[in-house]
Amino acid sequence: MERHVLVVLPHPDDESFGAGGTIALHRQAGTPVTYLCGTLGQMGRNMGKPFFATRERLPDIRKSELEAACAVLDIQDLRFMGLRDKTVEFEDPEILANRILAVINEVNPTLIITQYPGFAVHPDHNAMGHATVLAVAKLPKESRPPVHCMAMARNRFDALGRPDVVVDITQTSKTKLNAIRAHRSQSEGLLQQFESGQDMAAKRRVEQFLQQEMFWLYPFED
Amino acid sequence: MERIVKDQVQSELDKYANQDLYIHLETTNGAYATHNSESKMNVGAYIRNGKIRYERGVITGNGPHRVGLKMENGWVYAEGLTDWELDSEGRLLLAGHDELGRLAVALEVSPQPFRM
Repeated sequence: MERHVLVVLPHPDDESFGAGGTIALHRQAGTPVTYLCGTLGQMGRNMGKPFFATRERLPDIRKSELEAACAVLDIQDLRFMGLRDKTVEFEDPEILANRILAVINEVNPTLIITQYPGFAVHPDHNAMGHATVLAVAKLPKESRPPVHCMAMARNRFDALGRPDVVVDITQTSKTKLNAIRAHRSQSEGLLQQFESGQDMAAKRRVEQFLQQEMFWLYPFED
Repeated sequence: MERIVKDQVQSELDKYANQDLYIHLETTNGAYATHNSESKMNVGAYIRNGKIRYERGVITGNGPHRVGLKMENGWVYAEGLTDWELDSEGRLLLAGHDELGRLAVALEVSPQPFRM
């Protein structure tokens, strides 16, 4: 059992889609989870189906959706970095790393979950993962917690090999699905395709989301 | 938001002519376009809180619509607009949504800066 898990991701919903089942398992085991969320997903393209959000209302909507998802996952410590969606890669990585490091020093996690820099498809994911590993690299080698990275890039298996950690989340799959559902503006379209059962690709994608979650251990060099 | 009624949007565009405004203009096909289909490429651009003043603003097309704003020294243009709203803060919001309700283009003007 971990003493404290720190999750560092850029968008409301990244936690539920990528690690919702794992987070729920940690909470069931009684481990405190801190979620440091970079942005409010202000520039999301999904607006609900049928759409109900506007570009200007989206940040408030996504913030309250994230709070609802955190309630589902039982995350009690949710923090925002106040960055703007789609701009994270243009920020100074050292400044971001130092802000993340301050949270690491405060909560003293035994495990950090983030995105694998360079293999996370969305530029915000890559930038947030990069800032997180920069932060951890500033710690003395012996006091670095393991960093478990999610990777989505098509070439992830070729480039990174098999995942180091595969979490069977069938026990918490319902919780994960409800957390994804809480991100209504982002997930409604996908879940409609899943539930209609007609779009086989969408159905397979969601089913895979609900069975296991994969993480690669970040290999620090020194 | 509601489906664009051209005459209503035109009358709002007329009201905003010849005054200082802040603009939000964006277009995107999503950060996962290439990931989901290798034949596509990720494209997108946005400007938020650019200051503009236009002398003539026109909405045209039979839907989806196009809007052009003629400025003293240039143009602002957006294509693919389907929905509109004059929000409680007096901002004119125009957006183009695809068949899955995803936002593909947005053009918004406001007398006050948009929230960052």
